[in-house]
Amino acid sequence: MTTDAKPTQTARSRLEPEAMPRRDFLGLAAWWSAAAALLFGFLGAMRLPKAAVLPSPSKKFKVTLPASVATGQPYVPAGRSVAIYKDGANVYAISTVCTHLGCIVKATDSGFDCPCHGSKFAKDGSVLKGPAPKGLPWVELKHLGGDIFLVDEGKAVAAGTTVIV
Amino acid sequence: MNNVVEKRNAGEESAVGRFVENLKAAPHRFTETMFRSGRPHSDRTRSTFVFGNVFLHLHSVRTHRWSLRWSATWGLGIAAFSCFFVLVATGVLLMFYYKPYPDVAYLSIKDIHFVVPTGRFIRNIHRWSGNMMVVIVLLHMARVFYTAAYRPPREFNWVTGMGLLAVTLGLSFTGYLLPWDQLAYWAITIGANIAQSPREVTDALGMTQWFDVGGLQKLILLGSEEVGEEALIRFYLFHVMILPLALVALIAVHFWRIRKDGGLARPVDADTRLGPPSGEVYPVFTEAPQKTYSLAAIVKGRTAVVGRGPEQTIPSMPHLLFGEAAVFMLTIALSVILAIFLDAPLKEVANPAVPENPAKAPWYFLGLQELVSHSAFMGGIGIPMIVLIGLGLIPYLDRETEGTGIWFGGPGGRPLVVGSAIFGLAAVVAVEAFVIRFGWIRQWWPNTPQLVVTLVNPGTLLTFLYAVYSVWCLRKYDSTRAGALALFTCFVCGFVVLTVIGSYFRGPNWDFYWSPSQWPGH
Repeated sequence: MTTDAKPTQTARSRLEPEAMPRRDFLGLAAWWSAAAALLFGFLGAMRLPKAAVLPSPSKKFKVTLPASVATGQPYVPAGRSVAIYKDGANVYAISTVCTHLGCIVKATDSGFDCPCHGSKFAKDGSVLKGPAPKGLPWVELKHLGGDIFLVDEGKAVAAGTTVIV
Repeated sequence: MNNVVEKRNAGEESAVGRFVENLKAAPHRFTETMFRSGRPHSDRTRSTFVFGNVFLHLHSVRTHRWSLRWSATWGLGIAAFSCFFVLVATGVLLMFYYKPYPDVAYLSIKDIHFVVPTGRFIRNIHRWSGNMMVVIVLLHMARVFYTAAYRPPREFNWVTGMGLLAVTLGLSFTGYLLPWDQLAYWAITIGANIAQSPREVTDALGMTQWFDVGGLQKLILLGSEEVGEEALIRFYLFHVMILPLALVALIAVHFWRIRKDGGLARPVDADTRLGPPSGEVYPVFTEAPQKTYSLAAIVKGRTAVVGRGPEQTIPSMPHLLFGEAAVFMLTIALSVILAIFLDAPLKEVANPAVPENPAKAPWYFLGLQELVSHSAFMGGIGIPMIVLIGLGLIPYLDRETEGTGIWFGGPGGRPLVVGSAIFGLAAVVAVEAFVIRFGWIRQWWPNTPQLVVTLVNPGTLLTFLYAVYSVWCLRKYDSTRAGALALFTCFVCGFVVLTVIGSYFRGPNWDFYWSPSQWPGH
């Protein structure tokens, strides 16, 4: 009877587990090495979408400030998203890229208006209204002599930083 | 020599004669060979015809009468698929002329529009089918929800449907950039910056410098810091290759599960509701079926079909085939009619220095744009994620059985849906009217921390109101289905009203105007 049947093998102690059969070991090793190869291959491929050198256009440019620019009047060089101001001897530049979702804000007499989602900024770039999470950054400006300046749109400086001509 | 010639002449036909005979019979034989086991003349060839039939491979041989009523589905699933079919066909044709490179892209679209014969028509059909697909997919989702067709065993297919909705919107969005006009350029700039908007939170917490998930998302999407040639080729690749393949894979799973989950959901008492079948239904199993359908030794017990003959079913071919063909033709007809009368828009070539004012996304994203006009992160990522996760969880949170397969089925039913619609409309209109009239936190207290502005904005307030209302309904009716009905109805109302506000009542600088005729000239 089954109740009388004795196990053919005596149970091993917990400290002495049954060795893994060779075929099981080889099978598992094959699965895990395939999985590891796929994982590392995938991780390597994940680097592909971000190139080592980004094809973004240069953000540094030279500009000649026209003498006709009046105090408080913005001067926006063609094709650039930065507004340059002359305030007496002080010259400074404020980025015109909205900090909300990247639209180009329009410099007005009272400050800056964003056409996309209605953010409004004061003359110094700080947020007055709308969804923009922070003020428009002031960007680096270097005086190269005469009316010529070097602007780096990609480099923010503390608000209020001016260059004295 | 003479013997051979005589022999041939004596034969019934010469080789030339047989050749001519074969040539005459060729069209007929060609048609015959199209059917693998010959034409369906005998019972045997008829059954092999059924086994080898693609339509009957995808559909079951017989379809329940409940599923074939127009009000069961309004044919929306097949209509969405028909749109996709039309989009693939017209999209491939557009690829003959389209060149995915800045400026050249714009010119090639102009060529398609003005120079290529039928190009404008095909582009219009592509554009209208794309729009229709978004609408139909949303309506299809509403149909499945309101008939409670997501109940077991169909929960997973609801999740697959969520995936299909996301991929459909992704296809629309990626297609939007390709013309490289002003509309395209600024919509994608906004979209890419929404991907970057987690910065709004990481900036507020001061951790952007070592954890910039937003910046990384934007960089991977655009392949650059700005929308340019890399972004265009990426969007093109997504639009014509990656997303269509994903859509096809999801569609395959979706359709397969419909079949495996036992066709469309229907009420338990569908048979009695339908009444006795009409005389034209070809009877099967006229005697009480004695068969057990268990699979040999694999499945234990008896399957549900036992004891009930499929007398409420009718042959899928031709009844279902005709229905689907009708939906297919109606969908194509609608997109063709729209394409004849309304041209797809093409604005001036993209100008990275001057955005459109107002710069509007495609209409189905204008609700979202209204939300991002309050907070980029919550409106563009936070709330959509909450909505998508909430929708995906519906079949796992509502596991009741009452009302499956019936429009607005479940506790509360139609009055609850009407009540929720009134609440949903009132809430969204009230919140928007308040914001438009009185502004929001930033105008009252300009120095409020950004994290507060991000978390407490009209969009999150609306989401909160809807959540509270649906919990109230859940408790009132003591039913998870009632809560789901309330929440889904509110979601639909919010989506519609925000989309309408974004489309018709927002003008330059995203200011509120009663009508575009009041927009200031510039």
